[in-house]
Amino acid sequence: MADIALKTGTARAAPPDVSAWQRLRANKNWLGLWFMLPTAAFLILFLAYPLGLGVWLSFTDSRLGRGGVFVGLENYIFLWDDSVFWLSVFNTILYTTVASVIKFAIGLYLALLLNEHLPFKAIIRAVVLIPFIVPTVLSAIAFWWLFDPQFSVISWSLRKMGFITENINFLGDPWNARWSVIFANIWRGVPFVAITLLAGLQTVSPSLYEAATLDGASTWQRFRHITYPLLTPIIAVVMTFSVLFTFTDFQLIWVMTRGGPVNATHLMATFSYQRAIMSGYLGEGAAIATAMIPFLLGAILVSWFGLQRRKWQQGGDND
Amino acid sequence: MTNFTRRALVKGATAAGALTALSGPALLDWAKAWAQTAPWKPEKDAKLSMLRWKYFVQAEDDAFVKLCEAFTKATGVKVEISRESYEDVQPKASVAANTGTGPDLFWGLYSLPHLFPQKCMDVSDVADYLGKKYGGWVESAVKYGHSGNKWICIPICYSGALMNYRIEASKKAGFSKFPDKLDSFLEYAKAMKKNNTPGGFALGHASGDGNSWAHWCLWSHGGNSVDKDDKVIINSPETAKALEYAKQLYENMIPGTAAWNDSSNNKAFLASEIYWTNNGISIYVAAQNSAKQIAEDMDHAYFPVGPSGKPTELHLMYPVLAMTYTKYPQACKALMAFMLEADNFNPWIQSAKGYLTHCLNAYDANPVWTADPKATPFRDVAKRTLTAGGLGSVGEKAATAISDFVIIDMFANYCTGREDVKTSIANAERQLKRIYR
Repeated sequence: MADIALKTGTARAAPPDVSAWQRLRANKNWLGLWFMLPTAAFLILFLAYPLGLGVWLSFTDSRLGRGGVFVGLENYIFLWDDSVFWLSVFNTILYTTVASVIKFAIGLYLALLLNEHLPFKAIIRAVVLIPFIVPTVLSAIAFWWLFDPQFSVISWSLRKMGFITENINFLGDPWNARWSVIFANIWRGVPFVAITLLAGLQTVSPSLYEAATLDGASTWQRFRHITYPLLTPIIAVVMTFSVLFTFTDFQLIWVMTRGGPVNATHLMATFSYQRAIMSGYLGEGAAIATAMIPFLLGAILVSWFGLQRRKWQQGGDND
Repeated sequence: MTNFTRRALVKGATAAGALTALSGPALLDWAKAWAQTAPWKPEKDAKLSMLRWKYFVQAEDDAFVKLCEAFTKATGVKVEISRESYEDVQPKASVAANTGTGPDLFWGLYSLPHLFPQKCMDVSDVADYLGKKYGGWVESAVKYGHSGNKWICIPICYSGALMNYRIEASKKAGFSKFPDKLDSFLEYAKAMKKNNTPGGFALGHASGDGNSWAHWCLWSHGGNSVDKDDKVIINSPETAKALEYAKQLYENMIPGTAAWNDSSNNKAFLASEIYWTNNGISIYVAAQNSAKQIAEDMDHAYFPVGPSGKPTELHLMYPVLAMTYTKYPQACKALMAFMLEADNFNPWIQSAKGYLTHCLNAYDANPVWTADPKATPFRDVAKRTLTAGGLGSVGEKAATAISDFVIIDMFANYCTGREDVKTSIANAERQLKRIYR
């Protein structure tokens, strides 16, 4: 039986009248390779090459306007003892963690609220998106004015109401400045989380809630055992992007504080820009940017695999 | 059309004190005559693009546009001008230098050309031509313009950063004239704060105002980043003294100066939130337009001097450079020279109302410096200023130290209490040693 099967298979595999070229043309994998090539070229040219170049630059003493020579780990060794670098690492982690957690909490709350039957639902949903639609630089300038040490409307209002006697030093005090930029980031980032989670909520079948209600489940139990488990794939994706956007934030900080006061709001991205472009130390700036990669990978791994362990996320079919 | 001969026109224009501003057809005739006799003949079909710092005084920009239009009509070379906030000119120029593509000319701040001297065109012939014709360059301009033996940029002008103060508030605090010594200035700051009329210096990353006062404070106490051989000497008792002095000043400033950028003190002064600061004449010009009572009640003064008795000011230099990648080097040189010719420069500097100060000695005679006595102190800023780097070279390293805010951060770290004296100096020293290695 086995021999017969083998013979049949062999005969089928190599019909004498089909050339190798024809077989290749009919091969789906070969065709797929060609379809993939434009995307691969795009990714290599615009993602892999700049990334590789950045990593390479971090091992050189390149300056703006001229190439450098390989200096090994010198840039990293210098940064290891650089207090401003570690301050920027601390700031970045604080900024990302606090902003992401709060954005998630508010975003989820808003999404649940918007999923209910509210009057003017469509308009409210559109309004929620406004902070995300406004160009970042514009909203950053608005916040810069709101938090200005001398001209803050918040300080002015509180003074007029008699709650304070002196202006609040929003951007002049290190911790105040940190909370101010985090607040601005949360304001800007909540709509993305809320609307995406809302899209996820809409995919949950109402029959599940009906069944649970008939079984006597409370609101919390419905959320905990239906909404949350079914929403986790979306949460994983949203939080991965949210963490990435927050970790690599640049515009808000640059417009509002330029990393100040006394570098208290420098994120790794802004610090990298200052060293590489403002000061001309391309190599050192590239090293700061490269140092972001392990943190980013860590953040992605946590939000990707920590939040959901479905097979599709690990390359298999979903169950 | 005209009875002027080319020679007569050009000769007339070369008179260093030629202050009669040409306009309309006369300016065009002069420009045409200049173009024919100038040593630089623009390339055929040449067109230039220039990125310049964004104006602070509208009239200055209008006059500059007119000047460029006259150049275009006379030479046929179209000049496209784009403007950026002066802090953004540097990164753009750096990227252009790195990639070899971008505007032909960059008009930026301080020692910008020294960030990439090998990418700047040699303009020694233009500098020599102008120097000979207009009474020579001031010493600081020569230092800024040179890299090695050649001129890599043309120092167009300075923007003086001097003390701006309110007259009545100062009198109430017991100061009929602005203090000219360090000790009396500290007393002044304390008295002003006590009267609820405080002032302030920018301690944030303010390229202009921040760098200007922080360097003055360091230098006036005898401190220096580097010596004349570019050896780092920041770690000194003089630097510690400067920091202690700055901290006392800071305690008597309005809160929030650690967050200030270059525009913050302008806004605060014009809103009567502060009563003294360091700035160009732009506050005064703005006040003349929109807050006349402030303009009348304010004046300008030199920074107080330290024990050396000599000025230790740092004023903003605006050099223009041409990139080596330009296809039109002759056109670039022609425009640079054209900008500083008396018939162009005099009306232009007048339109800047004292915001810009010349680097060529002959322009001392411009009436802008005497028509309003409040503008007079700005006439001499080019002669009073030290260069970026202080005792050291004005090259790439000094430019980097300024761009990286090493000195401001040192002061800010100590004044805000983030670091103690030793740590703030040590951190600045570490950074400077890397820059000056």
